[in-house]
Amino acid sequence: MAETIAAISTAPGEGGIGVVRVSGPESENIMRRLMKGCPKEIEPRHAYFGKVVADSSDASSEIIDEAVFLFMKSPASYTGEDMVEIQAHGSNVSLKSILSAILDSGLNGIRMADPGEFTKLAFLNGKMDLSQAEAVIDIIKAKTDLSLEIAESQREGRLGENIREIRENLLDILAEMAVDIDYPDEDFEEDSDSSSDTVNNLRWVLDDIENLLDTASIGRIAREGIRAVIAGKPNAGKSSLMNAILGEGRVIVTDIPGTTRDTVEESASLGGIPIVLVDTAGLRESEDKVEKIGIEKTTQAIAGADIVILVIDGSQPLDEEDEQVLSYVEKMSTDHMLVVINKEDLGKSVSEEEIKKRLPGVRTITTSLVGKAAMDAARKVSEAIADMFKFASINVKEMNIITNERHVKMLRNAVMNIDEAISMLQNGEPMEVAELSAHYAYDALGKIIGEEVGDEVLNTVFSKFCLGK
Amino acid sequence: MINKTETNNANYDIIVIGAGHAGCEAGLVCARMGMKTAMFCTDIESVAMMPCNPSIGGTGKGHLVREVDALGGEMGINIDKTFIQSKMLNTSKGPAVHSLRAQADKKRYHEEMLSTIHAQEGLDLIEDEVTELITSKNADFSKYIDNNSKIITENEVISVTGVRTSEGKEYSCRALIICTGTFLGGKIFIGDDVTISGPSGLRPATRLGEQLRELGFPIRRFKTGTPARMHKDSIDYDLMTEQKGDEKVVPFSFMNEDKEYDIDQISCWLSYTNETTHKIIRDNIEKSAMYSGNIVGVGPRYCPSIEDKVARFADRKRHQLFVEPEGLDTDLMYIQGMSSSLPEDVQHAFYATIKGLEHAEILSPAYAIEYDCVDPLSLKPSLESKLMDCLFCAGQFNGSSGYEEAASQGLIAGINAVRKLKDEEPLVLRRDQAYIGVLIDDLVTKGTNEPYRIMTSRAEYRLLLRQDNADRRLTGIGYEMGSVSEERYRRYLDKKDKVDAEVERLKAKRIDIQTFRDFLIRYEAEPKREDKEAYERKIAEIAETANQSFADILKRPAIRYADLLEIDDDTRPALSANEAIEVEVMLKYDGYIHKQINEVEKLQNLENKKLSEKLDYHSISGLRLEARQKLSEIKPMTVGQASRISGVSPADINVLLVWLEKEMRAK
Repeated sequence: MAETIAAISTAPGEGGIGVVRVSGPESENIMRRLMKGCPKEIEPRHAYFGKVVADSSDASSEIIDEAVFLFMKSPASYTGEDMVEIQAHGSNVSLKSILSAILDSGLNGIRMADPGEFTKLAFLNGKMDLSQAEAVIDIIKAKTDLSLEIAESQREGRLGENIREIRENLLDILAEMAVDIDYPDEDFEEDSDSSSDTVNNLRWVLDDIENLLDTASIGRIAREGIRAVIAGKPNAGKSSLMNAILGEGRVIVTDIPGTTRDTVEESASLGGIPIVLVDTAGLRESEDKVEKIGIEKTTQAIAGADIVILVIDGSQPLDEEDEQVLSYVEKMSTDHMLVVINKEDLGKSVSEEEIKKRLPGVRTITTSLVGKAAMDAARKVSEAIADMFKFASINVKEMNIITNERHVKMLRNAVMNIDEAISMLQNGEPMEVAELSAHYAYDALGKIIGEEVGDEVLNTVFSKFCLGK
Repeated sequence: MINKTETNNANYDIIVIGAGHAGCEAGLVCARMGMKTAMFCTDIESVAMMPCNPSIGGTGKGHLVREVDALGGEMGINIDKTFIQSKMLNTSKGPAVHSLRAQADKKRYHEEMLSTIHAQEGLDLIEDEVTELITSKNADFSKYIDNNSKIITENEVISVTGVRTSEGKEYSCRALIICTGTFLGGKIFIGDDVTISGPSGLRPATRLGEQLRELGFPIRRFKTGTPARMHKDSIDYDLMTEQKGDEKVVPFSFMNEDKEYDIDQISCWLSYTNETTHKIIRDNIEKSAMYSGNIVGVGPRYCPSIEDKVARFADRKRHQLFVEPEGLDTDLMYIQGMSSSLPEDVQHAFYATIKGLEHAEILSPAYAIEYDCVDPLSLKPSLESKLMDCLFCAGQFNGSSGYEEAASQGLIAGINAVRKLKDEEPLVLRRDQAYIGVLIDDLVTKGTNEPYRIMTSRAEYRLLLRQDNADRRLTGIGYEMGSVSEERYRRYLDKKDKVDAEVERLKAKRIDIQTFRDFLIRYEAEPKREDKEAYERKIAEIAETANQSFADILKRPAIRYADLLEIDDDTRPALSANEAIEVEVMLKYDGYIHKQINEVEKLQNLENKKLSEKLDYHSISGLRLEARQKLSEIKPMTVGQASRISGVSPADINVLLVWLEKEMRAK
């Protein structure tokens, strides 16, 4: 079955334009599905401008972005297969939404492209001549040598060591399972319940991988910035706070609409750490008929946040709307939460103690966002954020931080398979089936360090390329 | 055995050297495929002889026997005639690794195979030692004419045309299969004592190995060992643990699936070594032929001698051993797990420390045997030698170990020798098709540094390669090859149709929620910590959400096919035990099986990319030196095979793919 692959093809980070690339037999169908009002006959190599939606056949499907669609017919394309390129606005949110719309389209054989897979297809389909392909290989080789040098500068090397260690532990478990299967007559001196032992050992490995995976969010922060979501009822002073911080941050990178009509994103640099401010305008509509949608948007934004900044109008006692906002965040950890009690100049009806009772351990700032006080408030907020993420700027250099999307994918794959192996063993499913899942996890880890030789050879080589090239 | 005067200077299509487990399969299949075939052995006793353990099958090996059987081989049928105990191993695990093992009556195993060979039309068995191959050099004109119509003479092909024997006779052949086992250059070690000998004291073949070396074959020395045999009446069984066979006997051969076996099975006996045993061995270890440096051959890691076990696993307080009868009318008891090359007096001393063996009489001592074998990297995946045309190799000569591994290769070498003579493509089973494919691919692609034994963990696609579906995987192929009889093929088709129909029926058959719910509650294990109410709620939830076909119910771990009977109706067909197992496995593991099939399909692309034998890897720029050497040496048939060669990196494969792409586009 021929597969259709998709990936974001432009470098991560904010840019004016970003490209999502699709290659494979379903390319044309994807264009039809995602482009609102797609013409019946699509002319290849013709630029179509249109709105991007998840499903154009569904009138209620929301507009993700506006984009230029470019369809290329096989063999006249980069990969030699049918391809479609969607050139949208360069925000990560927008591009990721487009990519998920493609991956979730349910069309036949659609999956995320592996790193370098477009180039791999290009030369396998004869779209690159030998000298080009050889140049490609030279580049890969050079990169490998280079990465060896980089390995000496620790970070890469230590990651490899870390993975290798996890892999060795997993290999021990695999070996034990193999012995158990291949030598049923063999007696083992300690009469132990081998299945529960295996489960425990797999849990250890799972913990190790998950710890590593946890660093991925730090890696993402280093790359994409801290995602700070400002929440609160209308007129609490969210926009004032945002403007105050942006004024303080001085460098405004870009100003673009986000994934939904109801949140606004702005980027700034905060003492060297990039920060993405998200204003959850959705709450403004909470009194509206579309209250439900607004609430959903806000909770979604909060769920995806690295830090939640709650703005409260302190001049009045907490009202129903404040309660509603508080109830969203109550269940969350207060480690990455900040409450700004605004409008100090208009009176103090809400105390920091009252808030801390509701959100134990939360940081609070009582301030006013009018005039000179606004600058002061912005600095306090910036300092609090910088403090909360101090670890990120310090440890990035010393820890094994996962920054590579492909590594994240492989680690997730390993976690999924080990999870599966554990639950199979617990449900009394056969050992050799569970072993298979554990083996897949082992292979996935191997792909990170390039030790899995043979089976998916080409893919391993081309993984030296950055994603989607 | 045929009359010798009659056979002087006889002409054969195919000659098989050796009549062990590889030789028997090779000889029989060649004759069955219509070739005039001769098998040579140094001693008629060696026909299907079991010089080591008295059992057939076990993990991985049992799968091989089923596969040999599915392809029309003889091993499964022969052990079904002569077993004295039968046991299904790994029943606590899933069906993919269930493995059948049978204790054989060695003498009857040999006799039954001998009479099958005698009865086979077109097959002669000759008791004479082959001392020399007769070869001829031919320039291969058809293939080696260059652009200027010049014949390139260095591409001369050496082919085998016959054999000469120790009695000075010549026999001609068009293809030859070497299955010399441990007979070629056999040397037996017991302490300092070294004897030139084949296994069990039979006459070895000495001269052929020398000629093969002269011809440039990469001949190596491997070693294996066997434990002592003891007199059955001198063992105290009360001190050991009895190991009985299964009550319900499952035969190896698909041809015997419907047969009922009602035989009195013998028992084996379990005992252990102890600290005293280990002390005696440690104190005398330098007297072992393995440790004194007398043996140059490499022994298998997975089947170590007792002195090896004691030395390498010093912290273990005991090692287990099994006492196994070698047959019904013999006094010999085989002491499994206790092979050794220590001197006889030391053997007496340490065996006597073992519970139950205190007064045991040793009828023949443990010994190590060293023998000539060929480096399997010099073979093609068809098992034909790369050095000589029409010369095929199989069994222990190829560096494997075990009766089952030998039989598998013998069968494939036989089929491919016939196909070569008919100018047909060789049969190369893939790793996802058969354990036989894994075995041969490992040998000819990765090579081996020790006698190679099959293990289920060597197979990537274990869930596909089950013993229950060996016929489904291979009988059609065997029929196409001509190694499978009409009768076997017809029976296989009948079974397949029945199983497929039942699978479809179970997928289509629905059940109402209430019945399903009650059924689940009755059959699923009782909840441990949850209260009954919560458990029933959970079951009800499953019942609501599940698709509720019989196939879905069968996917639950606790439910067996037989359990479904009580909620089934009269459309349920009467299936044999094996058919029921296949239905159950196909549905129960449907998801996992598909996952594996997807894996296979992903890799198919590389397996389908063919590489020419004549490819000059040194001319491909970009390949690393090591890769060039390895690829030139092994001459892989596909890019998939190339990718499994150690020393060939992903980058090399990439270069190779680019090169192939360029070649293809140039055409």
